[in-house]
Amino acid sequence: MKDAVSYVLNPDSGRAVSIGLLYLAAAMGFVMSLKWMSDAKTARKGIMAGEIGFVLAVIGTLIMPGITGTGFTYIAIALLVGAAIGVPLGLLVPMTAMPQRIALSHAFGALAAALVGIVEYFHWQPEISGFVMAVLGIEIVLGSLVFTGSLMAAGKLHEILPQRPFVYPGQIFVNFGVLAVAIGFIVALFINPSLSWAIPILIICGLVFGVFLIIPIGGADMPTVIALLNAYAGIAAALLGFVLSNNLLIVAGALDGMSGLILAIIMCRAMNRSFRNVLFGAFGQLAEVSDEHGEMGSIRSASYDEAGEILKNSRLVVIVPGYGMAVAQAQHKVRELADTLAAEGVEVKYAIHPVAGRMPGHMNVLLAEANVPYEQLLDMEDINPEFPQVDVVLVLGANDVVNPAARHMKSSPIYGMPILDVDKAACVMVVKRSMRPGFAGIENELFFNDKTLMVFGDAKDVMGELITEVSGRRDALSL
Amino acid sequence: MNVSTEFIITGLFVFALAGFLGFETVRRVPRLLHTPLMALTNALSAVSLVGSLVVLGREYSIYATILGFVAVVASTINVVGGFLITDKMLRMFKPKERPQKPVPGEAKASS
Repeated sequence: MKDAVSYVLNPDSGRAVSIGLLYLAAAMGFVMSLKWMSDAKTARKGIMAGEIGFVLAVIGTLIMPGITGTGFTYIAIALLVGAAIGVPLGLLVPMTAMPQRIALSHAFGALAAALVGIVEYFHWQPEISGFVMAVLGIEIVLGSLVFTGSLMAAGKLHEILPQRPFVYPGQIFVNFGVLAVAIGFIVALFINPSLSWAIPILIICGLVFGVFLIIPIGGADMPTVIALLNAYAGIAAALLGFVLSNNLLIVAGALDGMSGLILAIIMCRAMNRSFRNVLFGAFGQLAEVSDEHGEMGSIRSASYDEAGEILKNSRLVVIVPGYGMAVAQAQHKVRELADTLAAEGVEVKYAIHPVAGRMPGHMNVLLAEANVPYEQLLDMEDINPEFPQVDVVLVLGANDVVNPAARHMKSSPIYGMPILDVDKAACVMVVKRSMRPGFAGIENELFFNDKTLMVFGDAKDVMGELITEVSGRRDALSL
Repeated sequence: MNVSTEFIITGLFVFALAGFLGFETVRRVPRLLHTPLMALTNALSAVSLVGSLVVLGREYSIYATILGFVAVVASTINVVGGFLITDKMLRMFKPKERPQKPVPGEAKASS
């Protein structure tokens, strides 16, 4: 064991006990922060708990043996640089850019985990046991995979990369081939941990697999993928904990991994995908759709003043936001319309489908940004029984999540997906830029329903027009 | 690398129990808060900062120090940015300030 004297703690020393206790306190802080997250009222307290946990964890780490004087200087500089980049990323990124911001942070976390694993390997090999080597190998692959995967996802979300899923024949086999190579080399390293040239191959496999994983993903699958990358990043951190004999990393990694996993499962259920299907990165397959929708009947469109009149004379209006609202950045105008309606005595609620938008909870964050009180944001299960009593549903940039074909059309790619039962309401108004079909490329039979009125235009502009119509204040200039 | 078999077993204990604890805790987080939850867990999993700090501070070699530096910067971004953004989001989630429903039947007449 080289350098063992300077790096290894005597487990009975006071220092070891202090580190252990600090880490324990930090882990408890992390758990409390998640616990307090279960209620919007206590959630901010949870952040405090998490931050305290972090400070304790860093203190505990800095008293570890073997950190040199210059090492402390480097650490100080690196912390400052990281904070200098982190503060603007935390404060200046607009809410509309949140999905790509989250994806980017998964990339950073995975990069750090992968780098630490790589450095530790080259420092300690060949004195690494088979078990630790296998864990380290998986950790490096996973870290590299999440790094490129998250960058790809962020690129697609930020529309630097094309958002359309890219599918080619045999894609699954290519993906599994890359994975098989990685597993093969992990086994080889397990048998012979001194096979150091295999590490770069593992890194490359991970990086390539991360890219391949995201290529076939379309926009509507993004919530699942982001949740899954979150889970992978957490698992990578936990594996690193095994390699470094660090319980705190194991706890935090397990918490993060579980959280991502639960979110991914929720997203899968909301899209009626099997979890196995998603775990192996086979999503996006459903994008291939036949074009045989044929004639669905005629559509009825409504002018702004017709739509405004109907809205004003209803008792209960439910707004169904979708990705279109995020794209048009219409959330503030939506709130304004809701306020105007409320002033006219109309009750307004929001129906949030679990996969509306591009990440779990996307619509909730946007509407919260627009100061919509969270009591008005209702989950699918809570609002669905209410639709028969609803006078008007205002569908705003949502498409597949309100398509009744999911209930009965077995040939439809979204068949079986739980949807918002908006067609049970007395009247449905769909705000849409054009008749272009949604992500799945299928016609939405809701649009051809007798109860449905199409209001064409950009979501934000339409909201503005409706506000004027409902409030009856049309200023002379816009005439 | 001296990872004792004893630690591996303890580690598996910790992993399994933390996993269950995480499952039960996260299951209770409402959908409303799923985006802040992701931002928060992301900040928490940046505890790989702990590993990066050790790698950087020990200066194993020049390459190790460079990679360690990058790792510390990357995880610090996540910690600092992650907590700030979670807080920024949570500040926006507000309950209803006042009853917004006006007296029924009153406002309907005006046009």
